[in-house]
Amino acid sequence: MILQQIVNGISIGAVYALIAVGYSLVYSVLNFSNFAHGDVLMLGAYIGFFSLMLLKVPFPLAIAMAMVGAGIIAMIIEKIAYRPLRLRRAPLLYFMISAMGMSIFLQNFTIVTIGPNFRTYPDIFPVKPFAVGNLSIGRLDLVILIATVIVLLLLTWLVYKTRIGIAIQAAAYNMRVASLMGINPDLIATLVFLLAGASAGIGGVLFGMKYTVYPWMGVLTIKAFVAAVVGGLGSLPGAVVGAFVLGITETFAAAYISSAFRDLFSYLLMTIIIVARPAGLMGTVAQEKA
Amino acid sequence: MSGYFAGIVILTCVNLLAVLGLSLLTGFTGSFCFGQAGFMAVGAYVSTLLTMRLDAPFPLALVAGCFASLLVSIPLGYPTLRLKGDYFAIATLGFAEATRLVVENLEKITGGSRGIPSIPTQTSLPVILIVALFCVWLIRNYVSSRHGRNCIAVREDQLAAEAIAVNTFRYKQISFAINAALAGLSGGFLAHYVGFIQPSMFGIPKSTELIAMVIFGGMHSVTGAVLASIVLTALPEVLRVASAWRLVVYGALVVTIMVVRPEGLLGSWELSWSSLRELRSAWQRRFQTQS
Repeated sequence: MILQQIVNGISIGAVYALIAVGYSLVYSVLNFSNFAHGDVLMLGAYIGFFSLMLLKVPFPLAIAMAMVGAGIIAMIIEKIAYRPLRLRRAPLLYFMISAMGMSIFLQNFTIVTIGPNFRTYPDIFPVKPFAVGNLSIGRLDLVILIATVIVLLLLTWLVYKTRIGIAIQAAAYNMRVASLMGINPDLIATLVFLLAGASAGIGGVLFGMKYTVYPWMGVLTIKAFVAAVVGGLGSLPGAVVGAFVLGITETFAAAYISSAFRDLFSYLLMTIIIVARPAGLMGTVAQEKA
Repeated sequence: MSGYFAGIVILTCVNLLAVLGLSLLTGFTGSFCFGQAGFMAVGAYVSTLLTMRLDAPFPLALVAGCFASLLVSIPLGYPTLRLKGDYFAIATLGFAEATRLVVENLEKITGGSRGIPSIPTQTSLPVILIVALFCVWLIRNYVSSRHGRNCIAVREDQLAAEAIAVNTFRYKQISFAINAALAGLSGGFLAHYVGFIQPSMFGIPKSTELIAMVIFGGMHSVTGAVLASIVLTALPEVLRVASAWRLVVYGALVVTIMVVRPEGLLGSWELSWSSLRELRSAWQRRFQTQS
């Protein structure tokens, strides 16, 4: 029973990890939380859904289209809503408000144009779960876990091993000094949003398959943000660790305490973490400088 | 005065009370709160349960709702206001969602997601108008007092404010408490005007609408908050705009304002005798140079 709950927790944690990485990536370079990330995920889920249902493309291609589409949308959002503020060195508050505005716009624009109804992805993988001993593992959960691992490995390779990744790391460390070393901050911002958007795209498709697709599904990614905070905002390994910690905490709270109040435990976990360790599990404390 | 018009004025005052709090917290103190509807829900439910279940007199229930909301803000602000704004914003959003969750699941007390019907409608126009005007006066004075200046210092540069011995955490907490109290009051009035409450009335769209009003009017101006509450409550009501498109426009407006004119409609301009006189003399100067 406990083992089964851990398996369930990992499968939820995998989806959270995919989304939390996007929050952390943007935060590490631009130092603000992109609250419109969840809505990019929602649009990614719709792109995947419509390319499967209307264009009848095969599943892997649908995922690719969702990733590319969501990546481009995230890039456009950065250009419209954040770049002018960044160039003006606007205070953090304005970034958050702009992100919220973007989120409100995308969500309600989708409600008005596509409609507020819930849409269900077709069953691509058989619903019948694997049975390993007493454990039952959903096929979809396994696919999600594998996809998450692949995306995370790709991202790790990109950020830690390539020239571009080193430029992103430099920008994350200090954007101003990095720009003196010939790194174009605008290009880095575009790139970071492209990567975050693409991971949100695949996250959206998997999320949509596990649950359903609807215009305000982005709100659910608050949990992924909580995961990023628990792990330490701005740290990629932290986001992944935080996601699994949160996923397992949630399933245990739902199974043994109360399923109705599951979300309360996520917020409680976040509050405890930020009181005890404001930088999160894996983050480093950055002293504010004038 | 016809009932319809009176209704719009009452709704404007309800929104105004919640927007005033947000204006102090987000506009003047610089902490982005995205869970205003949660505090309204606390005020609405506490006051309604008191008048319906315990037959408490309406004014007492209102004050109780106001205090309940204030009390909730203390443990919420204590861990989160010390940290960077992001944590606070998400904590308030989480709080609003958690409140909705609790209300929906305590079915025996709150009626669950179906809500509480047939609440005695005791909110009357003169009372709410006087309360709202009093609160505007109160916030105006607070903002232009020494404490209000300290709040603005916290918003502009927290580090510099600390360097001149402003207790930034305390001022943020005070603003947060005032904000919660005003939202609670607003929720109590709302419940006893509409005569019916349910959790979905206090969802994210409501918080969104309120924050949009603050930003639209000008984050650094109480006059702007008042003006925005009047315009953004009355206009959709009069024009009968479908609510979904309204929120699309709000979202686009908020981004546009942040990008083009972050100080909002009025910036930091305040309505007062001296500012009116300045306006008049500026207008006269322009008139003289033309002739």
